[in-house]
Amino acid sequence: MPTVGIKRDLLFKALGRTYTDEEFDELCFEFGLELDEITSEKEIVSREQGDTKASDASDVILYKIDVPANRYDLLCLEGLVRGLQVFKNKLEAPRYRRISPVNGDPQKLIITKETAAVRPFAVAAVLRNITFTQERYDSFIELQEKLHQNICRKRSLVAIGTHDLDTISGPFTYTAKPPGDISFKPLNQTKEYTATELMSLYKTDSHLRHYLHIIEDKPVYPIIYDSNGIVLSMPPIINGDHSKITLQTKNVFIECTATDLTKAKIVLDMMVTMFSEYCSQPFTKEKLSGEFINRKVGINESTEKIAQLLTRMCLLSRATGVGDEIEVEIPPTRSDVIHACDIMEDAAIAYGFNNITRTTPRAYTVANQFPLNKLTELLRQDLAAAGFTEALNFALCSEEDIADKLGKKISETRAAHISNPKTAEFQVARTTLLPGLLKTIAANRKMPLPLKLFEVSDVVLKDETKDVGARNSRRFCAVYYNKSPGFEVIHGLLDRTMQLLEVKSARGEGYIVDSTFFPGRCAEIIVRGKTVGRLGVLHPDVINRFELTMPCSAMEIDIEPFL
Amino acid sequence: MADSGVVETLLQRIEKADDGVDSLNVAASLGVDHQVIVGAVKSLQALGDIISADLRSSKHWELTVEGSEIAEQGSHEARVFSSIPLEGLAQSELMVENIEDQVREKLLQVQKGNFSQLDEKEKNELKKRKLLSEVTVKSYWITKGSSFSTTITKQETELTPEMIATGSWKEKKFKPYNFEAMGVAPDCGHLHPLMKVRTQFRQIFLEMGFTEMPTNNFIESSFWNFDSLFQPQQHPARDQHDTFFLSDPALAHEFPQDYLERVKKVHSEGGFGSQGYKYDWKIEEAQKNILRTHTTAVSARMLYKLAQQKFTPVKYFSIDRVFRNETLDATHLAEFHQIEGVVADYGLTLGDLMGILHQFFTKLGITKLRFKPAYNPYTEPSMEVFSYHEGLKKWVEVGNSGVFRPEMLLPMGLPEDVSVIAWGLSLERPTMIKYGINNIRELVGHKVNLQMVYDGPICRLDS
Repeated sequence: MPTVGIKRDLLFKALGRTYTDEEFDELCFEFGLELDEITSEKEIVSREQGDTKASDASDVILYKIDVPANRYDLLCLEGLVRGLQVFKNKLEAPRYRRISPVNGDPQKLIITKETAAVRPFAVAAVLRNITFTQERYDSFIELQEKLHQNICRKRSLVAIGTHDLDTISGPFTYTAKPPGDISFKPLNQTKEYTATELMSLYKTDSHLRHYLHIIEDKPVYPIIYDSNGIVLSMPPIINGDHSKITLQTKNVFIECTATDLTKAKIVLDMMVTMFSEYCSQPFTKEKLSGEFINRKVGINESTEKIAQLLTRMCLLSRATGVGDEIEVEIPPTRSDVIHACDIMEDAAIAYGFNNITRTTPRAYTVANQFPLNKLTELLRQDLAAAGFTEALNFALCSEEDIADKLGKKISETRAAHISNPKTAEFQVARTTLLPGLLKTIAANRKMPLPLKLFEVSDVVLKDETKDVGARNSRRFCAVYYNKSPGFEVIHGLLDRTMQLLEVKSARGEGYIVDSTFFPGRCAEIIVRGKTVGRLGVLHPDVINRFELTMPCSAMEIDIEPFL
Repeated sequence: MADSGVVETLLQRIEKADDGVDSLNVAASLGVDHQVIVGAVKSLQALGDIISADLRSSKHWELTVEGSEIAEQGSHEARVFSSIPLEGLAQSELMVENIEDQVREKLLQVQKGNFSQLDEKEKNELKKRKLLSEVTVKSYWITKGSSFSTTITKQETELTPEMIATGSWKEKKFKPYNFEAMGVAPDCGHLHPLMKVRTQFRQIFLEMGFTEMPTNNFIESSFWNFDSLFQPQQHPARDQHDTFFLSDPALAHEFPQDYLERVKKVHSEGGFGSQGYKYDWKIEEAQKNILRTHTTAVSARMLYKLAQQKFTPVKYFSIDRVFRNETLDATHLAEFHQIEGVVADYGLTLGDLMGILHQFFTKLGITKLRFKPAYNPYTEPSMEVFSYHEGLKKWVEVGNSGVFRPEMLLPMGLPEDVSVIAWGLSLERPTMIKYGINNIRELVGHKVNLQMVYDGPICRLDS
């Protein structure tokens, strides 16, 4: 969820009144925002860099407001104020129009076919006769950055460039060239660089280096020129210095280059609608019925009232008079509206979620437990009653835990492997519960002996027959850790478990050798002719590798055959 | 048990004395160590009200090692004097002919116990010279108790089968129990707190008529985890930073083909009343195997299955593990348990969702609820659930909820007038609050504090 930092007094000035912190929090809650933090620049700097650095920072009160991830139109002061004012009936929902320049034709951006290899889409617009103040300018830059971080997916989907139109002349050309053939003076630099030089220059730039990978290994780089060959920008990395906007800029040329055209249009719409009444996009109109809204929300309001509710959410609506039909205008700022249910939600928000009467679904249903979970629940109770304590370990672990430490090869384990673990703790899904229990003992060595632990939980095994190529297996594992191995204790627990599962003891238990266990001290557990697990005394090497010092016996069985 | 001879003698002394005896005096007169008398007093006290003994303390002075030496051999000064041979020293230089060894005299007085012979100043002077030390002595003042007797009967410690058989218990006196001491801890196993809370949540769902979903599949395809829920393929949750992808088995290879085509269409072109996301939907993205990021992937499979039969209303629930490739801290782990409830029926409203959430949370002992508009890619409307926390005196988020989007339900083949409402919360958070645990690692995983597991109370969520 993106967070927007806004100066409180500026916000109140724009809203036309002041609020107490509680009142403003309440307003945010109703509208679906969250007043996350009340702070100041000074407080932030002091927290991050210490008090000494903070002495010069401003102590103007800042509101940090959490905005839902799909509401790009609320990412700046202008949009937020507009949304809240319309919601509080203080302002009419704005309508956006496209206008042509007073003299001459609209600007053109020509896209050449070379861009297909790297960044195929571009859209552009012009904001005319704008007056920047320092605050508006900051908000403009801030919105651009917020969009870059969110919908633009860190510039990979869309990158925005803004330029002072009066320093350049159209038509503009969006093309792509080999990096060696591109040369210009980038923003805030004093000399010209080739694109290749720029890439190495920005390798160490704390901000820009995160975007280099988007085009770095491409044969050609995207580039935008004006009719005189002046470089506007090399998206998605950097703008040219020549056309940079300042507080004095009157006309702004905005270009968005992209790998996703839908997103590029949304971003461009956001940039222009937030900062101008002029917009190139016509309205979309939707029709829906008042009954639909009443039925979905669970309210009973007149068609006119519903139209009013929607209008308060910047969706200019009117009852058409044909039955309960409502015509809703979707402004370009509301790219999140893609289905009638999105309009329904806005009606419900305007009505107030907490004003809706709470009802109970009438469906008669009979509850059933998932049989495997039912067995697990019943078994766990009796295992605790048998004197063992339940542990709860992670389903993810390192390769070492399930292989080397148990004296096995990873290739023998049928383990599912994770491709992007941040640490070795999450390399594989566990194939056995034993390592988790041994690690639990290692972390609790200060506890009095004996330690008797169990876990009933899932492991994951590769299985070709499943749609995803793997399946869970429900296991029961127990360990006994004491000054003597206590094989008879684990054996007794196995007997008790079989008693609980109504399996009678019978001949046919054969002993096998398993490298996890001490030679000659391990047995396979065979139930109705099928192997379900093993028990035995752990091999001293295994005990050592888990940083334990005492003898230990253990058992692990698959409980699914007992369903 | 103290020497029975000493006990008897002590009782006789007490009988003779009118207003009681001092244990120190008794020890001195019997010529035994004071501790022997103290032992006798304690064993008599344990028998009931035979005697009453008040602890009192008195101070007296004792000689230090150096002090004792002086008392025996004379003060250092005196010893110097006496060691001077007459011929070795000029007679005229010796100011006195004889001396009076006052230090020794005083110390001898103290040794005899005549402390009052010395005034405070003298005692302090000797104390400074480390020849004397002040000692506090504890003694008992012993008087007759309410059931005083010079003959004592031995008290029984425990009832025996013989006593019951012969009826001899009627004549016996029994030693009283110390009810202040802790009992012997029972030799037993314990269930894990998080699992105890899970059991309670299962119980609540079952009481409300919800059927448990089979969630025993940690590995899921991106298709069921994201695409089927109308979560676009460029969504940040599908990033390497947020989700664990698998290298082996890397891809899922089986999908319901018709359904997959409908999902592809609703994403890329729209349909079912939706404009869709209008992007190039790729099967390669949908095939990628991941560790499921929510149990809603299972809900999607269940709803798809439901849509393949003649529709009947259902209520489903699950509580199981989900995985996030997130940065870990005191309250976040890479895996946690998600609790989820789902209801599908004709004509469900937002009011129904809030109503059922009210019933659910009432069973957890939470009655004050309010709802905040929120965003979630697969529910519309989406509501965050807040409850008023009496301790913190503020509203805290307790769960998330919403109505599944038509773009998710209609491609599955569910009837158009069927709505599906759902909500979810984590199991760990209510457990940490319930058991007062601040660091999640002490609760889940091998670093668990077993003492905490041993000491945990039973789990009643509504009290």
